[in-house]
Amino acid sequence: MNFLAIVGEALRALRQNRLRTGLTMLGMIIGVAAVVLMLSIGQGAQTKINQTIAEMGSNLFIVVPGATSSGGFSFGSGSIRTLTIHDAQAIAELPTISATAPVISGTAQLNYAAKNWSTLITGTTPDYFSVGNWKIESGTTFTESDLRSANRVVVLGSVTAQNLFGDEDPVGKTIRITNRPFLVVGVLMAKGQSLTGRDQDDNIFIPITTSERQITGNQFPGSIRLMLVQCKSADEMDIAEIEITQLLRQRHRIAKGKENDFTVRNLTALADVATGAAKVMSMVLGAIASVSLLVGGIGIMNIMLVSVTERTREIGIRMAIGANQRAILTQFLLEAMMICFMGGLIGLLLGIGGAWVVSQVADMLIVITLGMIGLAFLFASAVGIFFGFYPAKKAASLKPVDALRYE
Amino acid sequence: MLSIQTNHVGHSLIRIEDLCKSYDLQDASGNTITNQVLFNINLTINQGEFVAIMGHSGSGKSTLMNILGCLDTSTSGSYWLSEKNVAKLTNDELARIRNQKIGFVFQGFNLLKRVTALDNVATPLLYAGVGRSQSRKQALELLRRTGLENFAMHQPNQLSGGQQQRVAISRALINQPPLILADEPTGNLDTQTSREIMLLFQQLNRDQGITIVLVTHEDDIAAYARRLIRLKDGHIIYDKNNNTNISVDKLSRIFPA
Repeated sequence: MNFLAIVGEALRALRQNRLRTGLTMLGMIIGVAAVVLMLSIGQGAQTKINQTIAEMGSNLFIVVPGATSSGGFSFGSGSIRTLTIHDAQAIAELPTISATAPVISGTAQLNYAAKNWSTLITGTTPDYFSVGNWKIESGTTFTESDLRSANRVVVLGSVTAQNLFGDEDPVGKTIRITNRPFLVVGVLMAKGQSLTGRDQDDNIFIPITTSERQITGNQFPGSIRLMLVQCKSADEMDIAEIEITQLLRQRHRIAKGKENDFTVRNLTALADVATGAAKVMSMVLGAIASVSLLVGGIGIMNIMLVSVTERTREIGIRMAIGANQRAILTQFLLEAMMICFMGGLIGLLLGIGGAWVVSQVADMLIVITLGMIGLAFLFASAVGIFFGFYPAKKAASLKPVDALRYE
Repeated sequence: MLSIQTNHVGHSLIRIEDLCKSYDLQDASGNTITNQVLFNINLTINQGEFVAIMGHSGSGKSTLMNILGCLDTSTSGSYWLSEKNVAKLTNDELARIRNQKIGFVFQGFNLLKRVTALDNVATPLLYAGVGRSQSRKQALELLRRTGLENFAMHQPNQLSGGQQQRVAISRALINQPPLILADEPTGNLDTQTSREIMLLFQQLNRDQGITIVLVTHEDDIAAYARRLIRLKDGHIIYDKNNNTNISVDKLSRIFPA
């Protein structure tokens, strides 16, 4: 018997029992839709985290001054100001390091015309923008010469710019920071929230020299709150960490066996943890959805077994008029697989539709990849073959005389 | 039994030697009971014969029929169909024999439900590997010959018993088998329809030389055959030619129209 004819017989059998076929398919539809939806949500979360990490800047270390203790009291990290701008400059000279950006920070009151706004103020160097992966929306960043002459220039974060200026273009305007006039040279592109949920765009940036001398002041001149260090490549992160540590120990004249007075943190490692967590979440979601696919598969087996019993006489007739075991096996297997395939297709469309709805309603990033679609289909077919085979085998191995006599 | 021995040589279509069939049953206490249904059957049927196998229920006639039709296997003894030893055939070869060599006609018609008469007739051709459109063409031709072309697209439950049996006979004929096995083909039909069906069998036997083996418990149905075999408790107790068989011309006297 040719294969196409068996396909026709299987299709006819499915059409004859529309309700049963539909209900069986429903199990498959829900399973595949759930898998697609869950995978796309998981993948979306992963992509979102990856984006945030990329925006943070790649291959980053953050170096903060260490903790100190005095008379038995331990003060928190950064409680002494051991790191200096000169440390940052020295680290920048290391062969594995591409740039460093020292940072001092504080808060300040801003005024423009009748509006005023209080925000975080960051004193840093021009390298900060490349290290932190900031992009300029309009104007420029401040320059090395601004830094050397401690000019009163400022780069605004997008949220700050919006709050002070509204629709007006801030570049070239003068704002007052704690009553001192500053020239706005640039506005940054929006970056959104950091991994910790802080709005990174509500911020202003001025040369670190200007900040130290005129705005935030400094208890220990030349010391900094932290520095960002960018490594040239991801592979050299480990070496770079050792080099930074050694260099700072030398510069700070720390004797062997004494603890560091600074801490080097690898931000990429943090990012890896976050990505890993997202992956685990993605897998857990997928696994939960797979259970419904499994249940759908068992439903198919159940129905096919009932179908074989119910159609025993039909199987007997087919055998009497010349169907061999392979023809019977193929027909029943095809029926199961068609249910899976059609159910899978509908489930896929529903899953994509559901993902779109979720992305609209919950404002989440949803990612659907070809691999995901392939996986769902592969899984659906596998379920069809796996759960369809046993009933089909059972049908095919009936003895013609017994099948014919079955009432 | 002597007549069987003399029939043995030549173009026998069916040759059965010392065939036995028994079933193993479990009784209530789990002991195996062997229930023998057929005892040392010897039987030869030549190409072109019209044989009626008769007997009361429990005589083993249906079991013999199932073995003849390669639907069941014997416990011992041998069965040659067209000089092929059936016991040595694989399941696939048996399926091919049922498809090509044997046409079945059953008491309960055994048509595929919710499948049109046309497709019912065409299905054996599909299993023979013929394409669907070619199969339907041949099936329609056969339905025309049995006078059912107007019912080709009807489903079995929309047809009368006689029509259903004619569809079943068409299905049995579609692969042009040398042998038709009919198991109580008139059991569900009224007298008039029974007569029509039996005349159709006679016609097929006479005009196309198709060997027909008929199982029945009714004497007046067996009367259409040219050879009568009677089974009792698994033994052949009678095997003679039927000299008083009803032919088309004698028929009007027995069944006045």
